[in-house]
Amino acid sequence: MAKNITFVQGNEACALGAMYAGLDFYAGYPITPSTEIAETLAAMLPAAGKKFIQMEDEISSMCAIIGASLTGNKVMTATSGPGFSLKQEALGYAVMAEIPCVVANVQRGGPSTGNPTHVSQGDVNQARWGTHGDHSIVALSASNHQDVFRMTVEAFNIAETYRTPVILLFDEVVGHMREKLVIPEEGEIPLVARLRTSLKEGVNYHPYLPREDGRLPMSDFGDVHRFNVTGLYHDMWGFPTDKPELVQELLRHQINKIENNVHKMTFYKSYFLEDARTVLISYGASARSALSTVKQRRNRGESIGLLELNTIWPFPADLVRECTENAELIAVVEMNVGQLTQAVRLAVGDRKQVHLINRVDGQMINDKDIKNILRLLQGRGI
Amino acid sequence: MDVKHYLRERFFPHMWCPGCGHGIVLNSLVRAVDSLKIKKQDMVMVSGIGCSSRISGYVDFHSLHTLHGRALAFATGVKLSKPSLNVIVPMGDGDAMAIGGNHFIHAARRNINITALVMNNKTYGMTGGQYSPLSGIGAKATTAPYNNIDREFDTVELATGAGATFVARTTVYHVKQLQSFIKQAISHNGFSVLEVLTQCPTYYGRKNKKGSAVNMIQAYKDMTVPVGSEKKKENPELIERGIFVDSDLPEYCEAYAEMVERATGR
Repeated sequence: MAKNITFVQGNEACALGAMYAGLDFYAGYPITPSTEIAETLAAMLPAAGKKFIQMEDEISSMCAIIGASLTGNKVMTATSGPGFSLKQEALGYAVMAEIPCVVANVQRGGPSTGNPTHVSQGDVNQARWGTHGDHSIVALSASNHQDVFRMTVEAFNIAETYRTPVILLFDEVVGHMREKLVIPEEGEIPLVARLRTSLKEGVNYHPYLPREDGRLPMSDFGDVHRFNVTGLYHDMWGFPTDKPELVQELLRHQINKIENNVHKMTFYKSYFLEDARTVLISYGASARSALSTVKQRRNRGESIGLLELNTIWPFPADLVRECTENAELIAVVEMNVGQLTQAVRLAVGDRKQVHLINRVDGQMINDKDIKNILRLLQGRGI
Repeated sequence: MDVKHYLRERFFPHMWCPGCGHGIVLNSLVRAVDSLKIKKQDMVMVSGIGCSSRISGYVDFHSLHTLHGRALAFATGVKLSKPSLNVIVPMGDGDAMAIGGNHFIHAARRNINITALVMNNKTYGMTGGQYSPLSGIGAKATTAPYNNIDREFDTVELATGAGATFVARTTVYHVKQLQSFIKQAISHNGFSVLEVLTQCPTYYGRKNKKGSAVNMIQAYKDMTVPVGSEKKKENPELIERGIFVDSDLPEYCEAYAEMVERATGR
């Protein structure tokens, strides 16, 4: 339907996806290149009778959404590199206390203030290991606005299903680029509602006792069940403990609920992989250029394909192994010094060499860059 | 009243040292809540990190034990998302005034209806007695072996300057007043700050030769006077107790609800 076709920035597509997913509460702090997410939601949320607040800093934004999640809301914040660094402690809190929330990081060049208005994909490993301690995390990415919208909705679904923070790892190019977005009809993308306990008042509710399927039904603050939530290791009541067996059990639970369900949260796209002897692996804005290169080389008869990962973490190692099984040349296209390349190398093992095709000067990697490096890798010269 | 009705006895004994003043605050708090007849399920206690922050786990309310200094930020999310809840934030002096200073002044500026209890024992107790922003010049601490040279904040003046609409101070010696002030702070529609002078005999007391817990509580009687007292003019060293600010200004969640009406054209 015509009314559902829009022409928007990627950041707006993210905000629209969040609204579609049922976002109730947003807290944020202005930062380039993610600010349009906040600006869009500052208009949309109050108009929908929902909550938007600009907090005093990045840290408090992350904390506020966790508080709001506990009263039963779908929550989100958005930021970029420096802000993402500041949010890490509270992000770990959401991991430990198992609070559903979504954090968009529209990546720019780092470290430090870095290259604020230019593109980068340098936060891939920060998304994985930015907060301290052993943990698993979910991070999704997208190369076009339809996928930005879709992945934003899926981020909320995963957050609710697994009671985990989910990171949307976008980048400046996708965030600021304008292109067509067709907003799906209601119900077109299934939404996951919060799983709440059915236990009645007076019956003991254990907020941190997983069901047989590993899921933990929640109870909203303000509802009949009163319990403790903490960032300390805790028992089934949510009360602090340092008993070795409980510490280990909780740590394992938090990691296993993600790592044992990798296939359920793996989103990807494959292009011409069936017979590909050269396999490119990419994500985000880089995947647009990689696809362009692949199409050009295909037209010239080269057996080349692309695996575009929408799920970055947990890393879909099985998928990557399958897609590269018959490859003679594997190259990861990304705008950093090889952060996802490391994960691909781990997945592929010693059997095959994995090359990096990158650009780290703040400029978008283009199809010519990729073609030139590919020719070198293939021993054909530029 | 039955104090135990409000406590999670499953989690006792508590982790506070013998002689600590925090239990007196906990006692006064549950009595205040009881006298207000607020249902337990309408109460949320949000705290950060430190000895005082552990208070949240011991009460049978919804309780959120968060990160060092960030309790008011979490509490803002709880309150704004569900304004019908009563939100109380117990904080230590380091938690509230050092690492959490930014959140403290901004919660006050917004005038969001949250009650901040600043339990001031002039030290970081949980980490073993380092100086805090409320220790004051001359105090001894494990990180101030040659006496502290850092000036202290005045919690009341800071809260007032930042825009809190209810600001009061008392001590754990003055338990009746403490209970009454907590009650008034919770009842106040806006951001309320209650500074409670409480004792840490284990670290601050020992380092500064303040004697036993009883000596320290007695000292709170001797070193404080009611606000506006003539004695304060004669001896500026005395600390004033009482209600310093009690004003009626637009509350944040109510202002938000009005904005929603504008946004939705209702």
